[in-house]
Amino acid sequence: MEWVQQLINGISLGSIYALIALGYTMVYGIIKLINFAHGDVFMVGSFIGFYAITGFGLGFVPALLLSMAACAVFGVLIERIAYKRLRNATRIAALITAIGVSLLIEYGVIYVRGAQPEAYPNVFPNATFDLFGAKISSQSLFILLISVGLMIILQFIVHRTKIGKAMRAVSHDIDAARLMGINVDRTISATFAIGSALAGAAGVIFGIYYTKIEPLMGIIPGLKAFIAAVLGGIGIIPGAMVGGLVLGVAETVVSALGFSLWRDAAAFIILILILIFKPSGIFGKNSREKV
Amino acid sequence: MIKGKFTKFLLASTLFTGILAGCSAGGSSTSGGSSEDVIKIGVNFELSGPVASYGQSNAKGVELAVEEINEAGGIDGKKIELVKVDNKSEASEATNAAIKLTSQDKVTAIIGASTSGNTVAQAQIANDTKTVLLTPSGTSPNVTVNEDGSVNEFVFRTSFIDPFQGTVAANFAAGELKAKNAAIFADNASDYAKGLAASFKETFEAAGGKIVAEESYVAKDTDFRSTLTRIKSENPDFIFIPGYYEEVGLIVKQAREMGITVPLMGGDGWDSPKLVELAGAEALNNTFITNHYSAEDPDETIQNFVKTFKEKNDGAAPDAFNGLGYDSVYLLKDAIERAGSTDSTKIKDALADTKNLRLVTGEVTIDENHHPIKTTTVLEYKDGKTVFKTKVNP
Repeated sequence: MEWVQQLINGISLGSIYALIALGYTMVYGIIKLINFAHGDVFMVGSFIGFYAITGFGLGFVPALLLSMAACAVFGVLIERIAYKRLRNATRIAALITAIGVSLLIEYGVIYVRGAQPEAYPNVFPNATFDLFGAKISSQSLFILLISVGLMIILQFIVHRTKIGKAMRAVSHDIDAARLMGINVDRTISATFAIGSALAGAAGVIFGIYYTKIEPLMGIIPGLKAFIAAVLGGIGIIPGAMVGGLVLGVAETVVSALGFSLWRDAAAFIILILILIFKPSGIFGKNSREKV
Repeated sequence: MIKGKFTKFLLASTLFTGILAGCSAGGSSTSGGSSEDVIKIGVNFELSGPVASYGQSNAKGVELAVEEINEAGGIDGKKIELVKVDNKSEASEATNAAIKLTSQDKVTAIIGASTSGNTVAQAQIANDTKTVLLTPSGTSPNVTVNEDGSVNEFVFRTSFIDPFQGTVAANFAAGELKAKNAAIFADNASDYAKGLAASFKETFEAAGGKIVAEESYVAKDTDFRSTLTRIKSENPDFIFIPGYYEEVGLIVKQAREMGITVPLMGGDGWDSPKLVELAGAEALNNTFITNHYSAEDPDETIQNFVKTFKEKNDGAAPDAFNGLGYDSVYLLKDAIERAGSTDSTKIKDALADTKNLRLVTGEVTIDENHHPIKTTTVLEYKDGKTVFKTKVNP
């Protein structure tokens, strides 16, 4: 029974990593940029949800949608202001800019509201269900459903819509796509919008599941999501989902074996191992591209 | 050439500062010729900086006590005069402030600092200048006892020490709650939590209990479910969680969600309104903390203190730091009266001899390590409010 419970714990944690990792992977797939500010968009999304619920008295779904919309705009703004002019610069320049943007968001939020943590309001009835003797709270069930739902929607957008087709084309070859009449700027903006909206949703879900939010909360989940993306094969959407879930379960297993202090270390050991043995990730084909 | 000039400049400026320093020291020594009817007490607190809330709370308690004593005619007819300095929550500033208080203001005693680290920073100065140093709330054992086991002659404290809370919690669990199998879930990043966990384990096992699980977490973690699942599988009937409110709040909430219904307990690190917000009032039912005192304690001394404090502070109930600051002044007053003198060495001896002194935060007897042996209060959370449960003697 303990293991069923641990599996549920791992999947809940993993689905949050997966939601953040999707944004990383999409942006990387299209402009080959590791957007380190992504974890901070997640944090901003969490705070928007928090203020929407406590300040405007919104329910969970409206707060989630508001946070996703605001984060989409925020993501596009970041791209326009900070990354667009660096599109033809070296990749290291863009990476350093991303780190700068990340710090700017973190300390910008601290400047505006202070560094003290906030407790997320409880918007779900606190029911628990029994599954083979393991307890599942209604919250973790909702989180799972919402995460899976969002991922399905994303798959649909990427494979069945026009903008999705454009994304795949730009990701494949940016110049050829431009020659074919695809508006590259708009496609990149759409990628940032969708990726950031997912990060915003993850932020709200994280707040509800883990209660405590604070301005530096994006750093560790951001890094973990990055590991998840690399693990699954960076640039590959199903890879990010699988990578996130695998990482969440792996971390939980490490804690479950009694090595809770090694949990973060385990995640980074996974990153190192995957970079040594299969840098293209679980779903990646062998290519010369390395992170 | 430039280098030479620079050295000269440095030399000149050093000399100049030296002269300035000489001047200021000279100036103050003339004004420092204190009249005999005043007892000067230095107050060296964290009035600004990261732990300012502790220092400010302590200071409020100290000021209230001094006001009361002065209104009642002072100590042996002498009024207390406070010399307040801000150590900005920094050890180096605390040292500077202690130097100023002892050399310029020539205080009889220093009350402060609020935290162990900033008090240790002044210990050497207190011993060298033979000035009594009394910290209201520095709970680390090594404030008064050095690493080699020697006691800092002039350093005392009003609060109990960290490991003591673990002992009290273990006695409470084994005695009042009749727990047999306990689990410990401690913050591995803090000496405070590790101290509490170690003393809890020792006392609980001595009382015939069994520790079925010992797990740790690191501050800033947010996901405790996997470790809690592990703890739950060991079926403890009591869980001891020493740590600070930010993580403890989440642990309590997640534990209750996992279906862990057994009593949970911790130390004064839980004591914050944020804990209730994070855990939720319902999850906190059936949890206990050890603390310095409770404003709900029916004891007369405490209720009088709570009443006067509320009158002076717009109805705000005093917290533990207010109480400890207040008690520090009375602890000192008692020692000065028994010493019959304002000579620091005599006060020090009298302080070390303190026995069964009734204060707001408990009845104090100072032991040979300058640790107060005092009663601890156990509080229970009921619907998000702390309720006085019992007092435990060491």
